[in-house]
Amino acid sequence: MTPDLWSIAAFTFTMAAAATLLMLPPGIALAWVFARRQFPGRTALETLVLLPLVIPPVATGLILLRLFGRRGIFGRVLESAGVEIIFTWKAVILAMVVMGLPLLVRAARSAFEQVDRRYEQIAATLGAGPFRIFFTVTFPLARRGVLAGALLAFSRALGEFGATILVAGSIPGSTRTIAAGIYRYTEIGNDAAANSLMLVSIMIAFGALWFSNRLAQS
Amino acid sequence: MSFSLTLDFTLRQGEFSVEIHETVEGRAVALYGPSGAGKTTVLEAVAGLRRPERGRIAVGESTLFGSEGGVNVPARQRRMGYIRQEVALFPHMNVHRNVTYGAHGAPPEALDRVLAVLDLKPLVERRVDQLSGGEQKRTAIARALMAGPQMLLLDEPLSALDVAMHQRVLQYLVRVRDEFQIPMLYVSHRADEVRALADWVVRLDAGRVMAAGIPDKILDRA
Repeated sequence: MTPDLWSIAAFTFTMAAAATLLMLPPGIALAWVFARRQFPGRTALETLVLLPLVIPPVATGLILLRLFGRRGIFGRVLESAGVEIIFTWKAVILAMVVMGLPLLVRAARSAFEQVDRRYEQIAATLGAGPFRIFFTVTFPLARRGVLAGALLAFSRALGEFGATILVAGSIPGSTRTIAAGIYRYTEIGNDAAANSLMLVSIMIAFGALWFSNRLAQS
Repeated sequence: MSFSLTLDFTLRQGEFSVEIHETVEGRAVALYGPSGAGKTTVLEAVAGLRRPERGRIAVGESTLFGSEGGVNVPARQRRMGYIRQEVALFPHMNVHRNVTYGAHGAPPEALDRVLAVLDLKPLVERRVDQLSGGEQKRTAIARALMAGPQMLLLDEPLSALDVAMHQRVLQYLVRVRDEFQIPMLYVSHRADEVRALADWVVRLDAGRVMAAGIPDKILDRA
């Protein structure tokens, strides 16, 4: 492993960790809403959140490009505020969040659904409001499932390629991730570098999935 | 500590409905009847966990639910100490944390007294999955008491206990009734429990009140 390859691995790990932390609050909130609340448009919202799981990642990347590019609805607003997203490290995180969020939401939703509502009802009769019930009863009882979902989302973020390559490219030292690096090094015939990155990605993902499975089984 | 509870409501659950028009008074009132009579449904409506279609539920002059005035006090504001058949102790908390969950600003003496009356002091650091059935029931009663309830709602709290434990926990309930002077609404299908605890009985069957009166009168007739 050369310093450049270590730098790519560290960058990818940092971006995936940041993306996972960023997706936790909205992911947990959405999962709880899907598990516990009925409202008009719920199915449509859920489908929208889960969509990146089933459409080609490149298509998701194209949607993000249309939305966050200079002429996109979000891109124009951000540009006027002096924030540039596309082809920067922020775009790497954006792609990772969008691609990882469905995995977190699915796992966390299932974990919340498994929490017996009787505990929440008893907490209410003891004077607890919705927030206290969530933070002292619902979330602690669902935490293993939520953490397992976060690890799955982290693994997904770590291996993200299709959406990332469209919105962030593969700029050495700036936006190149492990997946983009493997693709690039294979393309130019640098098999040693590609293989090294492949091994690193397998080791990190194996660790995250192993831990996730341990949590799910405990 | 005698209380007046107005139960005047209709509540539907699919094919089954509870229709009750009764004002009960006493220090411990039993809802007595066979399984499926609607006893738990009534208790859940009083606790604020089920919303009736129409009618009124009130403790004294204080309305908890009133369809005419659009009143529906949330469960968290009703101050009902609800003890379920399956005790539902929080499995991720030890006995102490369970018991003090609803004890907002209660003085340490209050906790001492509750733990002493229910013989829970040696168990406070235990995890709830390390408790026997009777200890779990006592912990659930202590948890409800520490929240400062205006009434205790007990849903078959002695079910699933062996004979010896049944008698022991029943004696604890009698102690709670006498020491804490908190009105009780008690659900049971067992005449011996009702005789030991209640001074007024409402006999329910198929969601309707069949009879109401003092235990001797109602239980002898049942």
